[in-house]
Amino acid sequence: MSTFVNDTVNVMTRELKPVWREPMAVVFAMIQPLVFLGLFAPLLPDMATGGSALQWFVPGIVAMTALMGASFTGSSLMEEMQSGSHERQLVSPIGRPALLVGRALKEVVPMLMQVAIIVAVVTPFSFDLHLDGVLVAALLLSLFSVGVGALSFALALASKGQDWMFWTVQQTLLFPTLLTAGVLLPIDGAPRWLEVVSALNPMTYVVDATRVLFAGTYPSDVVAQGFAGAAVVAALGLVVGVRAMRRSS
Amino acid sequence: MTHHTHSDHSSPAIVTRGLTRHFTSRKQTVEAVQGLDLEIGQGELVAFLGPNGAGKSTTLRMLTTLIPPTSGTASVAGHDVVTGQKDVRRAIGFVGQGNGAGHRQLGRDELISQGRAYGLSHAESRERAAQLIEDLDLTAVADRKVSSLSGGQRRRLDIAMGLVHVPRVLFLDEPSTGLDPQNRANLQELVRRLHADSGSTVVLTTHYLEEADALADRVIVVDHGRMIADDSAARLKSGLGDLVRLGYDDPSSAARAAARLGRVPESRVDVDGDAVSLRVKDGSRMVGELLADLTADGVPPTRVEVARPTLDDVFLDLTGRSLRETQQAPSPDTDSTEINNEVAA
Ligand SMILES: Nc1ncnc2c1ncn2[C@@H]1O[C@H](COP(=O)(O)OP(=O)(O)OP(=O)(O)O)[C@@H](O)[C@H]1O
Ligand SMILES: [Mg+2]
Repeated sequence: MSTFVNDTVNVMTRELKPVWREPMAVVFAMIQPLVFLGLFAPLLPDMATGGSALQWFVPGIVAMTALMGASFTGSSLMEEMQSGSHERQLVSPIGRPALLVGRALKEVVPMLMQVAIIVAVVTPFSFDLHLDGVLVAALLLSLFSVGVGALSFALALASKGQDWMFWTVQQTLLFPTLLTAGVLLPIDGAPRWLEVVSALNPMTYVVDATRVLFAGTYPSDVVAQGFAGAAVVAALGLVVGVRAMRRSS
Repeated sequence: MTHHTHSDHSSPAIVTRGLTRHFTSRKQTVEAVQGLDLEIGQGELVAFLGPNGAGKSTTLRMLTTLIPPTSGTASVAGHDVVTGQKDVRRAIGFVGQGNGAGHRQLGRDELISQGRAYGLSHAESRERAAQLIEDLDLTAVADRKVSSLSGGQRRRLDIAMGLVHVPRVLFLDEPSTGLDPQNRANLQELVRRLHADSGSTVVLTTHYLEEADALADRVIVVDHGRMIADDSAARLKSGLGDLVRLGYDDPSSAARAAARLGRVPESRVDVDGDAVSLRVKDGSRMVGELLADLTADGVPPTRVEVARPTLDDVFLDLTGRSLRETQQAPSPDTDSTEINNEVAA
């Protein structure tokens, strides 16, 4: 067990080195969510309750950033599969699970950096910062990012280094996931089939929980469902990812 | 450096029995490695020599636990490559055909993390990294991003990574690809030194007979997934002879020279237009004498070239096919007839 922990820490440390060295890359990776924020936020009507539109929209953008960052991350493994560096690690005594888990855990760091940036950007505007809620939401999104990251690595391994396959699947899944989770528009009043898809999308619960937490409220059912949704993604990601890593050669 | 004991010569470093690997893609089966039976003793330095697609990398990938054999067995450092994967991995080092160092990383960081992966402490990893950076002449580039390194610098970094933990069995897949002659010589020196100091068993692949010759005690020639020779480079080349090429200004002088050269015992003479080639043992030593003879006979050549036997020559001798033809033509059978005709002509 301690070998697993050591190996995982070793893999994660290695993966984090480029993040520390080039923090700007983390900022560039979130340009798209920031553009959405800038373009959509002014279009949104204020909420019925009188809260500002940002209060509803920002948590969604935060979840979107987490999803995008973590779902892109497999491309770094793809690069290593093409160059031979993945092969080198497969021959080393590092266990296959650690190669996957260490990478997936690393996703938490850029995600937290991005959440911090978004919160810092919107706070001067009509956004009420509830730091305690934001911190709990960060925990929730960490779990979610680890799961999505693991799925992205699994996709990279399954694509066997073929870029087109990775990007086609990633892009095909990304926007439907975002939209049915109600990130950009509320799902309320949508056709029945869309409501069903939305209810089946674990990210829906993550987004809902992020919204209540960012508002500084803790309705236990919504928060619990959020953590459950994130845990499902994390468990699924790690199981699928570790299996893919074990089969990798 | 750890010194691996040579004492137990009875247990070989590598044993394979009927080792076979097939690949199936689009309903076509490639028999990449076919029934390889091999025994490599502890502390041996062995080169796998063969053309593109011969099955060298596939063999190494099976021996390093990257892919399982389709059939047959192999053990490395006393452990089965399928059932004892973990033990095999701890005992070996592997420098693959690609780049082992991640392109976004710094060279030194990669060396340190490699040391950590093999159970070295932080301090040991750092120390070892510093030493290898010096040994492989990477001081100027070790703290740069790997993607900014030249191909040869990257290759040297890869090799350094394979040496971090002083493996008992070291596999190098085309270690010298992309290196200039100076660095190629340095690499050969380094491999020899590692081998002498640590007693590690070293298995490398190469396309160059000269490299196999310079480094390895034993050369295993592979073709179409089969071993076709297993001997020292010197013995593989012996009997092949050097190639002496003489150029003339006109075909008639060439023909006259060829007629005279026909008297050289145990040689083969070919004329191609205004050029004559003579294949003879120790040809390089005979050149002075040959030129004097030809001059005395009134047919001094205008150009002279002497070539030592190459992989191509060894290969041609073993298979009746030329390496170049192998790579171009889909069917080896038609090739060999063409070659035979050529030789007969
Ligand atoms: N993953 C794979 N899928 C399908 N075929 C493969 C695979 N790997 C290798 N092959 C085939 O197996 C044969 C042997 O390949 P291998 O890489 O072992 O050759 P090699 O001797 O290392 O050649 P080179 O000198 O070019 O590196 C080739 O015909 C190759 O196309
Ligand atoms: Mg190869």
